[in-house]
Amino acid sequence: MTLTTSPARSSAIPSNVAGSDASLRGFLHGLPGVDQVGAEARAASLATRSIKTEAKRWAIDTAISMIDLTTLEGQDTAGKVKSLCAKAIRPDPTDASCPRVAAICVYPDLVATAKAHLGDSGVKVASVATNFPSGRAAMPVKLADVRTAVADGADEIDMVIDRGAFLSGHYLQVYDEIVQVKAACGDAHLKVILETGELATYDNVRRASWLAMLAGGDFIKTSTGKVSPAATLPVTLVMLEAVRDFRETTGRQVGVKPAGGIRTTKDAVRNLVLVNETVGDDWLSPDWFRIGASSLLNDLLLQRHKMATGHYDGPDYVTID
Amino acid sequence: MTSKLFDYAPAPESRAIVDIRASYGLFIGGEFVDPIDGEPFKTINPASEEVLAEVSDAGQADVDRAVAAARTAFTQTWSRMPGRERAKYLFRIARIIQERARELAILESLDNGKPIKESRDVDLPLVAAHFFYYAGWADKLKYSGYGETPIGVAAQVIPWNFPLLMLSWKIAPALACGNTVVLKPAETTPLTALAFAEICQQAELPPGVVNIVTGAGNTGRMLVEHHYVDKIAFTGSTEVGKAIARSVAGTKKRLTLELGGKAANIVFDDAPIDQAIEGIVSGIFFNQGHVCCAGSRLLVQESVADDVLERLRRRMSTLRLGDPLDKNTDIGAINSAAQLQKIRELSQIGEDEGAQRWSAECALPDRGYWFPPTVFTGVTQAHRIAREEIFGPVLSVLTFRTPDEAIEKANNTPYGLSAGVWTDKGSRILSMANRLRAGVVWANTFNKFDPTSPFGGYKESGFGREGGRHGLEGYLR
Repeated sequence: MTLTTSPARSSAIPSNVAGSDASLRGFLHGLPGVDQVGAEARAASLATRSIKTEAKRWAIDTAISMIDLTTLEGQDTAGKVKSLCAKAIRPDPTDASCPRVAAICVYPDLVATAKAHLGDSGVKVASVATNFPSGRAAMPVKLADVRTAVADGADEIDMVIDRGAFLSGHYLQVYDEIVQVKAACGDAHLKVILETGELATYDNVRRASWLAMLAGGDFIKTSTGKVSPAATLPVTLVMLEAVRDFRETTGRQVGVKPAGGIRTTKDAVRNLVLVNETVGDDWLSPDWFRIGASSLLNDLLLQRHKMATGHYDGPDYVTID
Repeated sequence: MTSKLFDYAPAPESRAIVDIRASYGLFIGGEFVDPIDGEPFKTINPASEEVLAEVSDAGQADVDRAVAAARTAFTQTWSRMPGRERAKYLFRIARIIQERARELAILESLDNGKPIKESRDVDLPLVAAHFFYYAGWADKLKYSGYGETPIGVAAQVIPWNFPLLMLSWKIAPALACGNTVVLKPAETTPLTALAFAEICQQAELPPGVVNIVTGAGNTGRMLVEHHYVDKIAFTGSTEVGKAIARSVAGTKKRLTLELGGKAANIVFDDAPIDQAIEGIVSGIFFNQGHVCCAGSRLLVQESVADDVLERLRRRMSTLRLGDPLDKNTDIGAINSAAQLQKIRELSQIGEDEGAQRWSAECALPDRGYWFPPTVFTGVTQAHRIAREEIFGPVLSVLTFRTPDEAIEKANNTPYGLSAGVWTDKGSRILSMANRLRAGVVWANTFNKFDPTSPFGGYKESGFGREGGRHGLEGYLR
């Protein structure tokens, strides 16, 4: 019994996998199941890791650099986006050593504004698209949504899948939509939002992850942030296992973005522990792991102050944007 | 997959909360007393070989005293006390254990070598739960189906792998039923039992209801062979269990034995694979494999064997071995030099027999007793490492083709304590559980314990059940 990847392993991908609903279904339903109790127990056990001193310092800075700083509200304005961009470039005005965040995440109509304020800072502009958050629109509308955002300078597109199609077993439709959106993205990176809170089971999370990766997604993302539960640890764990297995099988690496519900430093560190112990170093960078959040950044900054000064500053010592 | 980027800083649990005395007497009749005969011995921290305390080695006169104290307490107070009154003491003990859980967890890790995350998150919560559970039975024995009459004085001898948990499995049901006990903890792990003696004082348990005599095998032998004990409960090796059974033969003593195991953990090709890997890991590496019900034989279906082994090796590479008091330690120290020697010998035999040995790269500390998590592939039923209990972090991997073959191989052992089945198919779980000759069958999980669930063996794994309603049977007549 040698350590080889046999061609018969369950995750080998047939060449015509996206030929029909039936072949997609055959493949996705042939993936190993996820035992809910076991997955939740594993996530809970990793959540007990005790991250202290140097390790905590590293984790806080790494988490800051992985944030997609997000505002996705009906009340968003150019002014709000502008102040968020300033925060993204320089999260802590008093400390130049604080890393910048990975990206700003906004609605498509605010992409141009964000792009103008971020300039060549290195902070990317991500835009939700495809009729976020519900995804309920005709395909031409979704594609126009994507093209507008890309034309305005979005570096990354966060699309939502059609959960209705997924849940009714129309996998090919979901696959085709992702393929078309990917084509419309051009050079922009595509993050595929699974909205795991609506998929309900971990088996579905694993299948949707594979479906998104097969269709060409560069990242798989848990949630819109508009549905609860959003990015729970077990969901992120299952998605990390999926990207790990997908790379084993195809050689292509796909990123993971938990988004929604990650509000505290503790939450962020737990996510990094999951990455560390599930997929390891290769995913421990903003290129491969992002955290979609808004209030998280200030908690990380408060903890960062505390690590540096030994005391806790309180909310008036970080900026509210 | 040792990380270079995210390197966890040491996160040691402080031992300041633990107060270990320089030396301990025996706990007899509600007080710590000096032994009448016998030289004291040292108990050490297996992770550092540091001496923790000196402990008394009880001789025949001490055992006589302890049994007499238990007899007096049995006839004069405990067996006459209404169940609801006994329950109050047990509830009180359970609460004190919860209050002192952190201290007891640290003490357990110091004396035993197990990682603090296990003593904190598994051992101690289960210890308290056992006392709570059996406290609830004390005034409801007439509904147990086993009568309401206690047996008398119970001689209880427990192993070193879960010192305080095994104590609770023994003492809680015995006391709930109205028996009194003389308990001998293992030679290498007496400290939490002695801390428990203090808890009995703190709970104002009537003197003599619980007596703790420390010592080695000889003390245990004197205790179980004592003419005035009525019941013997032993957890430990099959070899000693057989000797006890021989010594008890022809007497009126009642006996329950919980002995060794060589459990099959059976992984089918439709198993939830990532969780199965976790189950394999917790099955054999939990508590350094010092678990009588450890899943020490992995039976994996041939069609997924390569995939499972690849994932298992990757997962094993992330196990963190080291200081048991570090909150991030997954694998602690081997409990004693003697046990380490036995694990080394059997592993060498495995290699000599032609099985392939693999362990993840892992630096072992310079001092103390350590053995890296190890897996043997290419093992057959004829290999000694597939038949004998290693009682260490060593997994033997065998393959099977059909459910029948899995059953045949799983049952082809003198033991029968536990087994595991991993499959997404509910009907297969039920059919396997029906055919596996093992006291506990876990489905899509492993090494999960609960005070309400009976635990015990088939064949050379012993007889009698501990836990649940069934656990009362051994203490009632």
